[in-house]
Amino acid sequence: MEENSKTGMAEGYWLKQLSMSPYSGSMYHGSPLLLSILGPLTVKKIGGLSSDLLCSLVSVVADFISAILIRATGRSLVRAHLHNWKSLGLDKLIKHNEVVPSGDVAALVYLWNPFTIVSCIGFNTSPIENMFVIMSLYGASAGLVPLAAFGWVIASHLSLYPIVLVIPVIFLLGYGLDAPPRKLFVLNNLQIGEERSADHVELKSPSDKLSKTNFSWWRVIIFFLWASIWTSYVLILCAISMKEYGGLGAMFKRTYGFILAIEDLSPNIGVLWYFFAEVFDFFRNFFLIVFHVNILFMILPLAIRLNHRPCFLAFVYLAVSSMLKSYPSVGDSALYLSLLVLFVNELAEMQFTFFLFCGYVGISLLSPVMHNLWIWRGTGNANFYFATAMGYACFQIILVVESVSAMLNYDRKIRKLCNKV
Amino acid sequence: MSRLKSCLLLFLALFSASESIAKEEKVEELNEEFTEALLLRPLPDRKVLAHFHFRSSAPPSRMYGRHHHIFPKSIYQLVHKFKVREMELSFTQGRWNYERWGGFDPISSSNAKPPGVELWADFDVAQDQVDDSWKNLTHALSGLFCASINFLEHSTSYSAPQWSFRSFSGKLRYGTLPREAVCTENLTPWLKLLPCRDKAGISSLMDRPSIYRGNYHSQRLHLKSDEFDTSEMCNGIVLEQTLTVVLRPDTFSGQVLQPSWSLSSLFGRTVNGKCSLSSSSNVYVQFEHNLVSEGDKLRKDSEVSENEIFIHEGFQNNHLFELSLPPKRVIKEAGNLQKEGSILYEFSVDESNEFEPFDLGLSWKVPVVWSCPQAPLQASRFLLGSGNERGAIAISMKSTRSNIVERAGYDEKECWLRVGIFQMVPWYVKVYYHTLKLFLDGEPQSSTENIEKILVSPSEDKVSPGVMEVILRLPCSVNTAALTLEFDKGFLHIDEYPPDANQGFDIPSAVIHFADFVANTSFHDNFIKEVPILSRLQEEIPVVSYTEVLLVPLTTPDFSMPYNVITITCTVFALYFGSLLNALRRRVGEEERLLSGKVAKKAGPLTLMISKLSAKLRGKPWEPPKPPESGRPSTNYKLIAKIVLVAGVAAAWQFYFQ
Repeated sequence: MEENSKTGMAEGYWLKQLSMSPYSGSMYHGSPLLLSILGPLTVKKIGGLSSDLLCSLVSVVADFISAILIRATGRSLVRAHLHNWKSLGLDKLIKHNEVVPSGDVAALVYLWNPFTIVSCIGFNTSPIENMFVIMSLYGASAGLVPLAAFGWVIASHLSLYPIVLVIPVIFLLGYGLDAPPRKLFVLNNLQIGEERSADHVELKSPSDKLSKTNFSWWRVIIFFLWASIWTSYVLILCAISMKEYGGLGAMFKRTYGFILAIEDLSPNIGVLWYFFAEVFDFFRNFFLIVFHVNILFMILPLAIRLNHRPCFLAFVYLAVSSMLKSYPSVGDSALYLSLLVLFVNELAEMQFTFFLFCGYVGISLLSPVMHNLWIWRGTGNANFYFATAMGYACFQIILVVESVSAMLNYDRKIRKLCNKV
Repeated sequence: MSRLKSCLLLFLALFSASESIAKEEKVEELNEEFTEALLLRPLPDRKVLAHFHFRSSAPPSRMYGRHHHIFPKSIYQLVHKFKVREMELSFTQGRWNYERWGGFDPISSSNAKPPGVELWADFDVAQDQVDDSWKNLTHALSGLFCASINFLEHSTSYSAPQWSFRSFSGKLRYGTLPREAVCTENLTPWLKLLPCRDKAGISSLMDRPSIYRGNYHSQRLHLKSDEFDTSEMCNGIVLEQTLTVVLRPDTFSGQVLQPSWSLSSLFGRTVNGKCSLSSSSNVYVQFEHNLVSEGDKLRKDSEVSENEIFIHEGFQNNHLFELSLPPKRVIKEAGNLQKEGSILYEFSVDESNEFEPFDLGLSWKVPVVWSCPQAPLQASRFLLGSGNERGAIAISMKSTRSNIVERAGYDEKECWLRVGIFQMVPWYVKVYYHTLKLFLDGEPQSSTENIEKILVSPSEDKVSPGVMEVILRLPCSVNTAALTLEFDKGFLHIDEYPPDANQGFDIPSAVIHFADFVANTSFHDNFIKEVPILSRLQEEIPVVSYTEVLLVPLTTPDFSMPYNVITITCTVFALYFGSLLNALRRRVGEEERLLSGKVAKKAGPLTLMISKLSAKLRGKPWEPPKPPESGRPSTNYKLIAKIVLVAGVAAAWQFYFQ
C-alpha cells in the first residue's frame, strides 16, 4: 500500500552495495541521501534488534520530533490568536478559558492518530517527510529562517509536493503568524488613532500594530538565500552519491519522474492508480496534466484569499496535495489532520464535523477490509476497494472545502465584531 | 567452369549410390551435405524415445557461391541478413521427465527443452546493433515457423545472459514464450527445410497424430555458421534439425514385461527407402548402460556356467530382447572402469523399398527394471505464499547421489558441486533480490559462502525483465539445496493483460546447468566422426536441465470499468474544484446584497445587473430578470466578444496544428 516501503529501500541499498544504481530495478524511488542514511538500518542488526524494529524506531523518533514541533507551533499560534484579539480590542468578548491549547491537542492527535501508527509500523518514509514539513512550518512561524529553508528544501527533495509550501512560508516570514485580515488592523488603528490622538498616552502600540501590516522583504530574501544554499548542498550531496550511476539526471528521472508519471499502478488509498490502470492510453498524458495542474490551479486563489493566515494556507495546501498526489499514503492524512487541529479555535463553527469524523472512521475500517478481500482472498473485486478510495477522496474534499469556508466565515465574524466595536 | 563441373558432378553423384557419395565427399571438400538419422531408445517407464536428427550443411559462400541444391534458401538468407553466428529455436509440448527419462545424457541435455518456444541467438554484429538484429530475427522466424515468436521482440521478453550460455561475447539474446501452443502448423514449415520433406526417408515416419499423441514433443532447430569468420578453417553453415518425441507403445504386453514395439506400431508408418539426397540414413537403437548392466546381471544369474555370450555380441540370441532386423553394426560406448557403456545398434534404411519396407521391431524376453542416469541434482521450482500481493519463488534441488562418485579423485571434504542457475522473470513479478536466501539441507546459509558468482540485472517496469545468474558452490555431501526469492506482484494497465487474464502469467523456466559435468557418449571407433548424429552424441556439452514453468496469478482490475472510472473520478475532482473555488469566491455580505437586490430590482442598478448576468454565465439557475434597459446591450456585447475570442483561439489552434 505504500510507495517507499522498507523492502524497496532494502532492495535499493542492496543494489547500491553491489555497486549498481539503486534505481535500477524500479523498486526504490526515494532520495539517494535517505538511502545512505537509512539504508544500513534495513540490513544491520544493532544490539539484537531486528531491522524491522529499528526502522519503526526511526519513524517513532521522527514522529515524536514532529509532535514537539507541532506543539511549539500551536503554542505560538494560540499566543498570536490572543494577541490579535487584544489588539483588535475584542479581548473583552472572550473569556480566557475558552481558548483551547490547540498545540497540545494537535501534538496528541498527531501522536495518537491511527494513521500515524500505521505508517510507523509499515515503515514508509512519510513520517520523515512529515517531520521536515513541520520543521519548515515551525521554523517559519518561530522566525528561524535557516531552519524553515532547510525543512522546506529537504521536504521538497524527498517528496516534491511540499514545494508549494514556499508560499505559506513566505507569508509566515513576511507577515508573521495567522491573524485576521490586515484591513481590520488598519481600520482599527485609524480608529484608535483618532480616539487617542488627543492624549498622547500610547504611542507605542499603533506603531507596533502597523508593523503587522508591513511585508518584511528582508526575511524573505534571507529565506531564499538560505534555501538556495541548502538546495545546492543537497544537490551536491546527491550528485556525489549518484556519480557512478548516471548523475543527477537519473535521480530526477527516477524520483520526480516516477511521481509525475504515475508509473506504479499498485493500489493505494488514492484514486489515481485505478484511474490510470483503466484510462485509455492515448488519454493518459492529458489526464496526467489535468490532475497535476489541479493542484497548481488552486494555489493562487487560496494564496490570495488566505494570505493573512499562512499556517492555515499550509494546511490547505497539504490537504489538497495529499488528496491529489500520485501515491498518497495514510501518513499524509495524519499530517494534515493534526494541522487541522491547530486551528480548533478558529474552526469551531465548522460544519459537518461529526459526519466527517464518522466518514474517516468508516473509511479507515472499510478500506483494509476491501483490500484484504480483493488482494488476499480474491473474493472481492477491485471496484469495492476503489469505492472506498473514492469515498475517502470525497471526505477529504468536504473537509478541505468546509474548513476553508469555516475559516472565511470566521474572518467575517471578526469583521462584524470589529464593526460593532 | 570448374565450379560448374563440380556442381554437375555433385548433382550426378547425389543421385548415385551412397557409397560413391562418401568417396566423392572425401575428394570434394566443398559440398553441401544432408544426413538423416533416427535414434530409438526404450525408456524405463514403458515408453520409447524417438529422436530424429537431420543435418544439412552448406560450405562457406565465399568459396562455394550462393546457390544451393540442398541447403534451404530461407535459412541461408536468415544467416546472411541478420549475421547469425549461432541460433537455436525449439518448440516444445509437454515436460521432459528428468526423473524417469534421465538427465545426464546428451539427448536430455540438448533436447529437453522448456515448454513453448525457446529461442537464443548469437550475432556477429556490433554491440549496439544486436538488439535490432534480434528484433528482425524474431519477426523473420515468426513468419517462417507460423508462431508468435515476434512477441519476443519486446525488450521485456528477452534478456542478454552473460555467462549462463556458452557464448561469452555479450551478443547473445535469449527469450522464451512459455505459453506458445505447438502443433502441426509449426511442424510443416520445419519439415519444409528438409530436402525430402516428409515424403521420403526417415522423416516419412512423422505421422502427425502419432507424433502429437506422445508425452513429450520437442522440435528443435540449431544453426551454426562461421560464415563471417575471416579464418580459412570454415565449415560454412550447419543446420541441425531434431525432433524428439517420447511415445508410448500401444502394444499390450502384460504388466511385467516392457512393451514390445516396432516402427509401424509406434508411428503407424514404415520407412520405404531413404531420402535420396541424404548421404547417410541410419536408424539406431540405443540401450543405456544401466539397462546393459542389468541385462548382464540377469544373464549371470540365469546362466552362470555359460559365459560365452556377451550381450552386445548377438542380437538374435540375446537374453534380454530381440530385434526384428539384423543390425549393420554394433557400437559400444567406451565405458570406464566403473560402468559399462551403452550400446548402439545401427541399421541402415538404404536397402528398403516400397515392397520391403524397413520396419524395425523390438520385443522383450525378460522383464527388466532399470533407471536412467540422473543429473547430479534434480531441480524443481515452485511458488510460496498466498494472496495476490506478494509471494516467493523457490528453486529446490535434490541430490540424486549419482555421478558424484565418478568425478576424479576428490575426497569428501574438498568436493564441491558447482551449479549454475539462470532465471529470467518478467517485470510484473517484482523480485527483491536482496531477499535471496540459500538453504542447505534445510539450514539457512550465509549467501556469500556458497555463492561463487552472481549477476543480477533487476527488472525495470515496462522495459526489461529481471535476470539472475548465479553459480552456487555446494558441498557434494548436500542432500537438498533450496533458493528462495521474494517478490511483489505488479499491477498492470488493463491493456497489458492477456485475453485470459485470470489464468495467470507464466514465468519462464529457470535453466540449471552443471558446469563441471559433461554429458557425452564416447565411442571407440573412428568412423563415427562421419556420422553426424554420433559425433553429436560425442560432443562434450554441459549437463543442463530446465525447471517447471511457473504460473503466477495476478490481480486483475475490472475490465469493464474504464468509462465508469473515468467519469466518476472526473466528477469527484470537478466537485472539488468547483466547490473550493465557490467557497473562496464568496464575498462578505454578498448574500445580503443579492437579497436586497431582489427586493430593489426595480431600481436596477447597472452593477447589480452585471453581477446577475455574470452569475447566469457561470451556470447558476437564475430566474429570468426583468428586461434590462441599458445594461443588456453592453453585456451582450461582452458576451459576443468573448464568444468571438474563444472561436478565434479555437480556429488558430486548429490552424496551427494542421
